[in-house]
Amino acid sequence: MGLAKRIIPCLDVENGRVVKGVNFVDIRDAGDPVEIAMRYNEQGADEITFLDITASHEGRETTVHTVEQIAENVFIPLTVGGGIRSVEDIRTMLNAGADKVSINTAAIHDPELVRRSSDRFGSQCIVVAIDAKRVDDVDGEPRWEIFTHGGRRPTGIDAVAWSRRMAELGAGEILLTSMDRDGTKNGFELGVTRAITDAVEIPVIASGGVGNLEHLVEGILIGGADAVLAASIFHFGEYTVPEAKAYMAERGIEVRL
Amino acid sequence: MSGVVAVIDYGMGNLHSVASALEHAGARQVLVTHEADKIARADRVVFPGVGAIRDCMAEIRRLECDQLLVDALVDQHKPVLAICVGMQALMTHSEENGGAPCLDIIPGEVRYFGKPLLDEGGHRLKVPHMGWNEVRQTMDHPLWRGIPDMTRFYFVHSYYVDAVDRSLVAGSVRYGVSADAALARDNLFAVQFHPEKSDTSGLQLLRNFLEWNGRC
Repeated sequence: MGLAKRIIPCLDVENGRVVKGVNFVDIRDAGDPVEIAMRYNEQGADEITFLDITASHEGRETTVHTVEQIAENVFIPLTVGGGIRSVEDIRTMLNAGADKVSINTAAIHDPELVRRSSDRFGSQCIVVAIDAKRVDDVDGEPRWEIFTHGGRRPTGIDAVAWSRRMAELGAGEILLTSMDRDGTKNGFELGVTRAITDAVEIPVIASGGVGNLEHLVEGILIGGADAVLAASIFHFGEYTVPEAKAYMAERGIEVRL
Repeated sequence: MSGVVAVIDYGMGNLHSVASALEHAGARQVLVTHEADKIARADRVVFPGVGAIRDCMAEIRRLECDQLLVDALVDQHKPVLAICVGMQALMTHSEENGGAPCLDIIPGEVRYFGKPLLDEGGHRLKVPHMGWNEVRQTMDHPLWRGIPDMTRFYFVHSYYVDAVDRSLVAGSVRYGVSADAALARDNLFAVQFHPEKSDTSGLQLLRNFLEWNGRC
């Protein structure tokens, strides 16, 4: 017995409402983020991740307020990501009550941001989000590349090498999303999950593609992930967090019950 | 019963979640402060900590929070709860940042989990130790009241406490090595995990702290 594998419901939030896009296109309204976060806390979620997909400046202020309200009512760790560009943005979210901040595109434009922010706030609160997509195999070996802009723009950066570099710069955790799978409900892309969990010493959260409870099990047993993140299977009531944990426990995975 | 709680603020990290959890657990008033008179007026004191030890120690000393802590602990004999890096700062020395002297309130070392860190089965363990792990209660203590042995608490740390006097260890956690998860001495209780992020069990521990008279 020891450290439990974590189940992390993810709230994609736009202008103060939880939404979930399928392949980032079809947006369905799923409700109030504070209520939903409290519901997942009561269900026994191990952490909550909040991804802000708001574009406008006014919307950003709404986000800070939402984070404050969640932090006042939820006593499990809260990660906030989306649109984080600077040490100042990180400070704002931590002060609003986030325990960790997830950096994605900004780390690609300015990798040193990861070092500066982990030096300032500690590695434990710096999560680097990686959106990876499978690209042409080299010598029959699969390869994954970092994409930005919701999976539309390639960067030419190798996802495995990038995860190593982010860990070296002081990231405390990797949030890995497969852009091939996100929103498909076909399960995690286990190849890239395993490649990155093997490549780094820090914990890895698998994300993108969960459609059923067996997918969560695969992410951990085959992908080697330390935590699994899912949104729609929980938001639309297909499964509850306790059902997911009971299923994982049956499959021999250590969870917090 | 609970009165006023001072959360010592030396400028490292956001302390609102600690304050908010204490309020949720029933604290009448929570002051996040480094002002000596406010801390002197409080009924009990929380000494939190987040981030790298060297910066924490520098700020603790610059703002003379070390003296405030000793005053609360020894002179005023208030119940004190140290959390995470707050616990590590109590020890003699930390391996973090290439080695850093700490407050030496409790003799002991703060050690790196080490590379490679392996479990009993020889599998590699990730560092930081991040997530919910089971705490073995190694002594009876008022702060464990209503919390079953081997309850999971939320940890996030790369360095762990190894106290010299093993009779002070109130809880331990296994992660490749056996690490001190809680220490207790007189009116001081220190935890490596985050009670403010540990759901109902963490809130129960905070409630116990608010009801504690500072005796074991």
